[in-house]
Amino acid sequence: MLPEAEIRLGRERPRPRRLLQRVNIGDTSFNALLWIFAGAVLLIAGVIVFSLWATARPAFKAVSIPSFIAGQNWDPVQESFGALPFIFGTLVTSGIALVVTVPVAVGLAIFLVEMAPSRLRPVVSFPLELLAAIPSVVYGLWGIFVLVPWLRDSTEPLLSVTLGFLPLFRGPPLGFGYLAGGLILSVMILPTIASVSIEVLKAAPESLREAALALGATRWEAVRVAVIPYSRAGIVGAILLGLGRALGETMAVTMVIGNSPEIHASLFAPGYSLPAVIANEFAEATSSMHTAALAALALILFGITLLLNSVARLLIRAVARGPARVAA
Amino acid sequence: MSSAPISKRYIARRAVNLTMTLLCGAAVLIALIPLISVFWLVLSNGIAGLSWSFFTALPTPVGEPGGGVGNGIVGTLYLVGLACLIGLPVGIGTGLFLAERGDGQIGNAVRFVAEVLSGVPSIVIGIVAYGLVVMPMHRFSALAGGVALSLLMIPTLARTTEEMVRLVPRALREAALALGVPQWKTSLRVVLRTALGGIVTAILLAISRAAGETAPLLFTSLNNQYWNLQPDQPTASLTVQIFNYAISPYEDWHRKAWSAALVLLLFVMLTNLVSRFLARNRLQRAR
Repeated sequence: MLPEAEIRLGRERPRPRRLLQRVNIGDTSFNALLWIFAGAVLLIAGVIVFSLWATARPAFKAVSIPSFIAGQNWDPVQESFGALPFIFGTLVTSGIALVVTVPVAVGLAIFLVEMAPSRLRPVVSFPLELLAAIPSVVYGLWGIFVLVPWLRDSTEPLLSVTLGFLPLFRGPPLGFGYLAGGLILSVMILPTIASVSIEVLKAAPESLREAALALGATRWEAVRVAVIPYSRAGIVGAILLGLGRALGETMAVTMVIGNSPEIHASLFAPGYSLPAVIANEFAEATSSMHTAALAALALILFGITLLLNSVARLLIRAVARGPARVAA
Repeated sequence: MSSAPISKRYIARRAVNLTMTLLCGAAVLIALIPLISVFWLVLSNGIAGLSWSFFTALPTPVGEPGGGVGNGIVGTLYLVGLACLIGLPVGIGTGLFLAERGDGQIGNAVRFVAEVLSGVPSIVIGIVAYGLVVMPMHRFSALAGGVALSLLMIPTLARTTEEMVRLVPRALREAALALGVPQWKTSLRVVLRTALGGIVTAILLAISRAAGETAPLLFTSLNNQYWNLQPDQPTASLTVQIFNYAISPYEDWHRKAWSAALVLLLFVMLTNLVSRFLARNRLQRAR
């Protein structure tokens, strides 16, 4: 195949002037158009940051940033704004989601790529795509009427009987609370972590597996000593990507977390998360300061997810070239 | 037969192997439980409420029988349509840029920004649209909702379009250039046209995702009890209606939430399946 550069070179041989001009006008304007589109994406990124900052600025003028982040009291009527209960709820629910999902998602990916016959892969990746396509408000509906009653009536009483010596599993089984929020998140981030992990594992060179197997390793040992070390950074990237999703997920969490701006040690207790408080209060914000404070919460959320996503993308990019970047 | 200690060790290793295989296989089954549960419950709880009037009628107040989510369905389609007006040209154009000119430093930067933007929480995008459209206009509007959805659409659409355009064989492009077709005509008439099937797939996926969004609409397009097709007025959407019905204390509204969720799920699944089918056809042809 001829490299494109040589073809372009070939066109620059002397030609009738008018033809050359016409060609150039078309190419130049097309080129310019493409660059405008590229600029548009960068512009959008800039606009997002600026618009958030402009909406949130009054809050940072009135309250210092440390006392905003560390404050525990959220009372819009008294104009007292402390974000800690929301940050706490977001971290706890996302933490639960990771603890539950990571073993399942990575196990699933290992099974599909390393253990199962390759015919099985599309059979499972199709449901995974469906799981990712379900709108979050539908998950929330399912959470309210299926997950929460199940937690309240069977799982939480069981947990408090068996593991009640831990402060995590004490208190009345309400259903609505951190545990429900975390579990629904774990379902929602499963497809992300699993599908990116599958791509990352697929990108590990076949020769690594073959070498391990040829030395007499069992399948699992080949995975453990040859594949996982190679794919580790990519899997961490997949997990961070899932974490980013979990931190920003709004509707499903809003519908099951209980919406109470307090901090509790018990996972059964109702809490609140950053996206949930924005979703519930923004449209009916009582004052311009209230609006600004909520936008400031969004700015915090934006900062965290931006950081996580950048790290995740760099890690995944380093391991898997190609489809893994699109898979999420 | 090998000596006893080695054989014991071997058995232990085989046992570990078997255990891990079973555990990983179990993970697949565990992952399928929520999927089956969600689909089955939405279907079984929602199907009873479906009727012709559910699709065409306006919502009724609590306690009044009948009523539907007609304005929500129309509103969702309207909002997605607005989002497409803004999002499709920019998203596809950026994708084309990334595929055609995206190999340099700037291309990498744009690609990275698009990837990172696709992970920005949708509720944050809602606030951005609020600051951009709602605050200057001093009212909630369909336009604001459309802008929010388009901002969500663009990054993903750009990346998928890029991948689809990159699938076009180099030979096709070279053949056109060798015949003396200018670059811009090659890009538009040969490369883009060949990738059209793939781009339609990308568009359908973007539409299906946008239709399922709730969070960015809560304080942009808000909600509306009536029909609305004016861009500067609040507009109902299926997802916000599901949310409001689900958190209400009324049995009747809960049933409506399930039925509306079924309608939404069917729409999202249908667009997904169609796009998947198109993508599969395309890949088979490319092979």
